[in-house]
Amino acid sequence: MRETFTKGMARNIYYGGGIFFLLVLIGLSVDTVRSLPKTDNSQNLTETVAAGKRVWEVNNCIGCHSLLGEGAYFAPELGNVYTRFGESTENIKAFIKYRPVDGIPGRRSMPQFNLTEEELEAIAQFLKYTDGIKTARNWPPNIQG
Amino acid sequence: MKYESQGIAKMYFIAAIALFVGQILFGVTMGLQYVMGDFLFPEIPFNAARMVHTNLLIVWLLFGFMGSAYFLVPEEAERELYAPWLAKLMFWIFLVAGGLTILGYLLVPYARLAELTMNDLLPTMGREFLEQPTITKIGIVIVALAFVFNIGMTVLTGRKTVINLVLLTGLVGLAVFFLFSFYNPDNLVLDKYFWWFVVHLWVEGVWELIMASLLAYVLIKVTGVDREVIEKWLYIIIAMALISGLVGMGHHFFWIGAPAYWQWLGSVFSALEPIPFFMMTLFAFSVVNKRRRDHPNKAAVLWALGTAVMAFLGAGVWGFLHTLAPINYYTHGTQITAAHGHMAFYGAYVMVVLTMISYSMPLMRGKKAANVTAQKLEIRSFWMMTLSMVAITLLLTAAGTMQVYLQRYSAEPLPFMIVQDKLAIFYWLREVAGLIFLSGLFLYIYSFFAKGKEVEFIAEQAE
Repeated sequence: MRETFTKGMARNIYYGGGIFFLLVLIGLSVDTVRSLPKTDNSQNLTETVAAGKRVWEVNNCIGCHSLLGEGAYFAPELGNVYTRFGESTENIKAFIKYRPVDGIPGRRSMPQFNLTEEELEAIAQFLKYTDGIKTARNWPPNIQG
Repeated sequence: MKYESQGIAKMYFIAAIALFVGQILFGVTMGLQYVMGDFLFPEIPFNAARMVHTNLLIVWLLFGFMGSAYFLVPEEAERELYAPWLAKLMFWIFLVAGGLTILGYLLVPYARLAELTMNDLLPTMGREFLEQPTITKIGIVIVALAFVFNIGMTVLTGRKTVINLVLLTGLVGLAVFFLFSFYNPDNLVLDKYFWWFVVHLWVEGVWELIMASLLAYVLIKVTGVDREVIEKWLYIIIAMALISGLVGMGHHFFWIGAPAYWQWLGSVFSALEPIPFFMMTLFAFSVVNKRRRDHPNKAAVLWALGTAVMAFLGAGVWGFLHTLAPINYYTHGTQITAAHGHMAFYGAYVMVVLTMISYSMPLMRGKKAANVTAQKLEIRSFWMMTLSMVAITLLLTAAGTMQVYLQRYSAEPLPFMIVQDKLAIFYWLREVAGLIFLSGLFLYIYSFFAKGKEVEFIAEQAE
C-alpha cells in the first residue's frame, strides 16, 4: 500500500469503525427487541408452547429439520408445518406418534421418539405458535416450505 | 522455536487433527444417509451424526486456535508462556469434556442426555451448533477463561505487537460472545435473534480477527517482509471485517420475524463482507511476491496462499451468492446454505489452522521444515482436500439451485422429500468427493511420518 496511507490511519479505522458499528448493532438490537411483539406471536406463547419448545430442543429436532429456514436440511421445513398439515395439531401429533421404530427400508425416516400424550400436545402447540410468527414477506415462499 | 513453552502447541495440534478425522468420518456417514436414508438407522440417526460432525469441527478448530495461540504468543511477546502448567491442564479438561460429550451424543438418546445432565435447571441444549449439555458449556467457559487469562498475561507482561493484540482481541471476543449460548428464552424469535450473537459474531466476526492475525504471523515468518507493511494490512483487513460483519449480521434476520428494515441493512452490509476476504487474498499474494527469502517450508507457504484464496471463495463469493434478501427469500435453508457452509469453514478456519500446523510442527520437531518427501505428500494432500471441497461445494450448489427451483420457485412447487429424491445424483457425487477428501486427510496425516531427504538450507538474507 502507498506510503501516504499509514499504519496509524489503518489502526484508527479499525478501532473507530469497529466501535462505531458495534454501537450501531446494539442500538438496532434494542429497537428490534422493542418491536418484536408486533410480529413474534408472543400473545399465543402459552405454558404449553414453552413446554413444546423444550420437547423440540431435547429431541434435537433441529438436527434434521429447519425451523424458519435455520437448522439442518435433511428433513422438511417446519415453520409452516401447521398450515401444511391442514391447520391441525392432531395431524402433527399423529405423524410423530406413528413413526416406525426401525425406519423405512432404503429411505429417510423420522425416529420414533416415544413421546407422551402431554409432550405430543406441547410440540404440536409449539409448531402451531411458530406458524403464527409474522415473518417478512410471509416466508417461506409457498406451502412446501 | 525460541521459547520452550511454545512446544505445548504440539499436543493441541495432535488432538485437533485426531478430532478432524472423526469429523470427516461422520461427514461421509451423513453424506451416505442423504442417499441411503436407512444407513445406520436407528442406531446413529442423522441428527446424532450431524451433531458429532459439527461439534467436532468446532472443538477441533478451538484446539487449533488454542494451539496456534500457544505457539505464536510467546514468540511475539518475547517471553515464556505465563503459566504452561495451566495450558496443559486445560488441554486435558477440554479433551475429556469434549470426548464425553461426543460419546453422550452417540451412546444415549439426546433426550436422555438432556435428562442426565439436568438440562431442566438451565435449558440451553437442542439449538443448532449449541447442542452441548449445559455442563459442557460451563466447562467450555472455564477452559476459555483460563486460556484467555494465560494468553492475556503473556501478552500484557511481554512485548505487545499488533499481531498478538489482534489475536487476543479475537480470543476475548470468542469467549465473551459464547456467553449468549446460555440465553435461551421461550420466545422463539428472541431465541433465534440472540443465537446469532454466538454463531455469526464468531464466524463472521471475531474468528476473522483470529484468522487474519494467524495468517499475518505465518506470512511474516515465511516471507521476511517488513512487519510494518504486514501490520498495516492486518489492521485494514480486520477493520473491514468488523465494519461489514457487525451490521452484516442482519442477513440472518430476514425471515425469523425480526423487523423488515433488516432486509436492507443486512443486504447492504453483508454484501460488503467479501471485501476483507478479498483483501486477505491481495495481502497474501502481495507479500509472498515481495518475499525477502525463500523459506524451506514450501508447504506452509502453499497453505497460507490457499487459505486466502479459499476463504475468499467460500466465505466471500459463496456467501455473497445468497446474501441479498430478494435472493435469500428463495435460497434460505436449502442446499445453497450447505454449500456455502462447507467451503467457508474449510477455506477460512480449517485451512488457517492447517497453515499454522504446517509452519510450526516441523519447528516443534526440531527442524526448519519437513523433509522433501513429507512436503511433497503434504502438498498432494492439500490439493486432494481442497479440490474435493471445491467439488462438494459445486455439487451442493447444483443440488441447491435445483431444489430452489422445484420446491420454491416453479409454478407448481413440489414437496421437500420428492425434491430430495430428484437430487440423488448430486448427493452421490458429493459422497464420492467426500471420500476423496477423507483419503486426502489420511495422506496428510501420513505425511508427518514420511521419511526422506532433508531440505537444503538456502542462505537467508538479513531480516
